[in-house]
Amino acid sequence: MKFNNLTIKKAKEGLLKKEFSAVDLLNAHLDKIEKLNGQLNAFITICKASALEQAKHVDKLISERQDLPLLGIPIALKDIYLTKGIETTAGSNVLKGYIPQYDATVVKKLKDAGAVIIGKTNLDAWAHGSSGENSDFGPTKNPWNEDFVPGGSSSGSAVSVSSQMALASTGTDTGGSIRLPASFTNTVGLKPTYGRVSRYGIVAMASSLDSIGHFTKTVEDSAILLGITAGKDKKDGTTAPIDVPNYQSHLDKDIKGIRIGIPKEYFISGMNPKVEENIEKAIKFYEENGAKIEEISLPHTEYAIACYYIIQPAEVSSNLARYDGIRFGNDRDAFGAEAKRRIMLGTFTLSVGYFDAYYKKALKVRTLLIKDFEEAFKKVDAIIAPVSPTLPWRIGEKVDDPLAMYLSDVLTVTANITGHPGLSVPTGFADGLPIGMQIIGPHFKEELLFNLGHKYEKAHKWYERNPNDL
Amino acid sequence: MRKRINGMKGILMIYKVIIGLEVHVELKTKRKMFCDCLADYFGQKPNTHTCPVCLGLPGALPVVNKKAIEWCTQIGLALNCNIPLFSKFDRKNYFYPDLPKGYQISQYDQPFCLNGDIEVNGKKIRITRVHMEEDTGKLLHETVDGQNFSLIDFNRSGVPLVEIVTEPDFDNAKDVKAYLQKLQQIVRYLNVSNADMEKGQMRLEPNISVSLNPESKDLPKYKVEVKNINSFSFVEKAINFEIQRQLELLQKGKTPLQETRGWDENKQKTVSQRVKEEANDYRYFPEPDIPPIRWKESEINKLKESLPELSDEKLKRFVKEYNLSEYDAEILTREILLAEYFEEATKLDKNVTPKQIANYIINKKIDINDVLPVKLIEEILSISKVEEVSEEELRKIIKEVLTKNPKISEDYKNGHENVLQFIIGQVMYNVKKKIDTKALRNLILEELK
Repeated sequence: MKFNNLTIKKAKEGLLKKEFSAVDLLNAHLDKIEKLNGQLNAFITICKASALEQAKHVDKLISERQDLPLLGIPIALKDIYLTKGIETTAGSNVLKGYIPQYDATVVKKLKDAGAVIIGKTNLDAWAHGSSGENSDFGPTKNPWNEDFVPGGSSSGSAVSVSSQMALASTGTDTGGSIRLPASFTNTVGLKPTYGRVSRYGIVAMASSLDSIGHFTKTVEDSAILLGITAGKDKKDGTTAPIDVPNYQSHLDKDIKGIRIGIPKEYFISGMNPKVEENIEKAIKFYEENGAKIEEISLPHTEYAIACYYIIQPAEVSSNLARYDGIRFGNDRDAFGAEAKRRIMLGTFTLSVGYFDAYYKKALKVRTLLIKDFEEAFKKVDAIIAPVSPTLPWRIGEKVDDPLAMYLSDVLTVTANITGHPGLSVPTGFADGLPIGMQIIGPHFKEELLFNLGHKYEKAHKWYERNPNDL
Repeated sequence: MRKRINGMKGILMIYKVIIGLEVHVELKTKRKMFCDCLADYFGQKPNTHTCPVCLGLPGALPVVNKKAIEWCTQIGLALNCNIPLFSKFDRKNYFYPDLPKGYQISQYDQPFCLNGDIEVNGKKIRITRVHMEEDTGKLLHETVDGQNFSLIDFNRSGVPLVEIVTEPDFDNAKDVKAYLQKLQQIVRYLNVSNADMEKGQMRLEPNISVSLNPESKDLPKYKVEVKNINSFSFVEKAINFEIQRQLELLQKGKTPLQETRGWDENKQKTVSQRVKEEANDYRYFPEPDIPPIRWKESEINKLKESLPELSDEKLKRFVKEYNLSEYDAEILTREILLAEYFEEATKLDKNVTPKQIANYIINKKIDINDVLPVKLIEEILSISKVEEVSEEELRKIIKEVLTKNPKISEDYKNGHENVLQFIIGQVMYNVKKKIDTKALRNLILEELK
């Protein structure tokens, strides 16, 4: 039995038809980890024993003809999701050795749905970074070319799915931390609407921007997973009491007449022409399939990065205050350079005398950016743009230039500032490296993103390409 | 109010005292402000009422206790505040080991209640704001086996606190004390806090300064905050001490330091705790984990309607409705439970007047937890009931008494009218029943003729 290119959907069919057991499925993925993790450094913790126990339990359930939505599916968790009894580091030495007392809401939901937690994945410490290089546990490498970054901050999660070490993985997206690595690794990455998925039990980066999403091989799997993780959580006051639709039922809807906006501000100068050409081809596909393509303007886009780098460090500086080493974790001198940089930036902009000039102004820009989208969604149903203006870069290329690193999020941060959902879908390759497009929709309209993404994916099947086959 | 003192070289000086108050009141909600832990921490084993939220563990998020917000708003309404329809929580960032998140969730520029007022000793005291925040943990400094340890108990962490801030409208300690008593009475009437000072459920921080230029509208350039005051009489003493201390400095031409001082009851003085070189920078910003609160006008009205009758109104009504003296009504309305007890008793028996009930409760210092209203009425009736005793029988007993005490009739006839009382007493003793003393007196007078 070949486990490559299995999706959640196909794996579940195989399990229920008893083509293989949950233990077989798990072992196949553990083997991959064994084989590849040394080079790729995608996992910080591998939960071999507990995963095996879970898989055995799943096989027992299957023998009792029980079914659950994610029964037996090996899932990797970004190591910023709290897992009861399993070390959770947030990629930082500050939390090295920290064993949480409770599971994040999403972790609990995944477990309750039958998922097998296979391990905790590497990330830029505290989710600060766009390349995966800021991890205190070493950089994660891009499986398509190990000299290149996989994108961050959910670097290990993207790589675990891309290189078949897990069937799906979770991530957090505060400024692009799911969509960017998804586009760099040929995986599907979803950043849901802010408030769609509970943040409870996930180490907070910037609370008003953090979106809780996931990586999968296909759009269909992404829809399956969101159906599990979404919904009001009474432990997170910012989750919305909005019903969770049956996302899968929207996958095959006709896209004829759907209006897609192409924001001219997202095709910036200095953009890699191969990326531009690739995205234009994808847009053409939609046009050929009956969608109405329209150029739109999101006029305040150029202020998004500045706005983001006020709000985000401000919240970071406050959120990291609890890591004082008094009650848990290690001393504050274990913080790395990037966390310190953001703590200082945030502390500065929130200080008396500067608050009005920086934070307050950023909130005004935030309002303008939200208005941009509201105006746009009066004219179009969805927006399509590249995720990154460039291809993955070489490891080490931007580590000494924080500003260049910050600019790699230029096309993704706006959706975090405005709270809109974004789906990163693979659109092929250039120079042997993956490219992705993002589909952005109105608040709580993830089903439309899945619909559009699935249509493209069915016709192109980029997920069938496997870096290990190279 | 301006006051005069004899200054140096006997020169008369005019000065003005300026006092503002910050009061923290702990609400008695069942649960904490932002989690489901029990809020009652008093006397509990340390760190037993805790969870990831009030311990500030990674990933934990606050979810507001709606009851606490309603109660905070009711306090504001009772203090005649405006309730803005939009309000939000903010983070107050500072480091202290009893603050597990590294910030306190509080309210900065858009609190629940604004611009109220309250009448104290006939003067209007303006209320700046009433806002909601969370309490901190408690540090315990102990010596174990000769080694010093600082321990943290998080049972109090996240207990709902309401802060009530006044304008600097007080000019003497007496009014401050009266205000505090009234505030305590209000929160108890609202049944939102026990406001027990000894248990730290009500904490007072007066800000005191003195000006030698009473005509000036500007506040002095300094103020002294006094903390650690856990009784109303201490607050009075602390303020009077501070006024004196600051005056002496000012008379010498010095400006008192801007500082925080504590009241030392043993030494009967305030002592410096912390000199503020510059204002703390708490780096307030909107709490992103809690959506802003948007009231509907109807919700505020509902809260307003649900306010109980407060002591001022009740006092006025008692005077009017029950014909009580202001003095009696004030005593009866000090505590809502006593007021309710009194009113319940008035409904039980038409033959007992409210005045009788009030007198009985006040004079006999009735413990309302011991005596049910029904029992109270019985008691009052039993001592005031007049039983029928026939005139014939009475005359008989009077004659007996007079015969037994021949000297008395004589004394009376010689003008010693006070013996009458003795005879009344003797007759009553022999009758062994409650009788109308007025009628008895007349009968005795007749017999003595």
